[in-house]
Amino acid sequence: MLFQEIVFWVLSVLAIGASLGVVLVKDLFRAALLLVVVFIAVAGFFVLLNAEFLAVVQVLIYAGAIAILIIFAIMLTRDVQHGNLPNRFQIPAATLAAVLLAVMVAVAVDTKWDLLAGQAQSRAQAVQTSAVRTLESPRDLAGLERAGFATEGERTAAQEAGLADLLIGDFVLPFEAVSLLLLAAVIGALALVRPR
Amino acid sequence: MTLESMMIVAAIMFCIGLYGTLARSNVLVVLMSLELMFNGVNLTLVALAKYVVPVGIEDNIAAVLTGQVFAVFIITVAAAEVALGLGIVFAMYRNTESVDLANATELRN
Repeated sequence: MLFQEIVFWVLSVLAIGASLGVVLVKDLFRAALLLVVVFIAVAGFFVLLNAEFLAVVQVLIYAGAIAILIIFAIMLTRDVQHGNLPNRFQIPAATLAAVLLAVMVAVAVDTKWDLLAGQAQSRAQAVQTSAVRTLESPRDLAGLERAGFATEGERTAAQEAGLADLLIGDFVLPFEAVSLLLLAAVIGALALVRPR
Repeated sequence: MTLESMMIVAAIMFCIGLYGTLARSNVLVVLMSLELMFNGVNLTLVALAKYVVPVGIEDNIAAVLTGQVFAVFIITVAAAEVALGLGIVFAMYRNTESVDLANATELRN
């Protein structure tokens, strides 16, 4: 638990400091590299939150693909060293962001979250990490029993529950819609950059 | 590490991104700030998926992953947004030789 706390604080400082750097550093290239630091810190947060698959996706898609795309775009433009200039809305924007932050922190602290109780929490964690644990030891049924899955059927269901079941089960329509969106966006981007 | 502290970190990232989106004149910095906002939202969703499950689907074992499914969709939409956004940036740079948003006034007259 203490180890998790330390990791959480290190990642928080890293994520917030690098986020500030992205916005405030003058050199665009350094800002893009700091953006990669933010992405990797967020991947660390995902590991802390039992979302290993999302952590891998975060590194592959954000730190891999998106960051490289942005760095390419930066290298193709001029005036990289002093590119990050403020516009005339600086004070209103800072005020708006500060007010929104205050509201969101107040809501997050003030709301009575209906947190999962002890047993339900360990059950949820067992399901969320079951992908990794299945890889480690295919028959870790004792661990699932300790987590509160009493019957054989429940243990099997917990071990087989995964993102893929939801993605091509309950959420199949948004899944297909988002793939169409991605296709349309890529075709649109190609049409935009095509030389005339 | 509690739900509240996680959400506060996510909110700070979101607000830094909001400031960058509104107050910077370079369109590439605006795109990067948008990514910061996406990451803040994703962090909130995954944190809520770990600590809270909606009433009524607690018995459905797979339902504790619903928040992560939403995060997958957001990552996909963010990838589409960056591809299209950078295409627009290239088109703008080709036409105006600049990535300053103050010069993007072609649609005005």
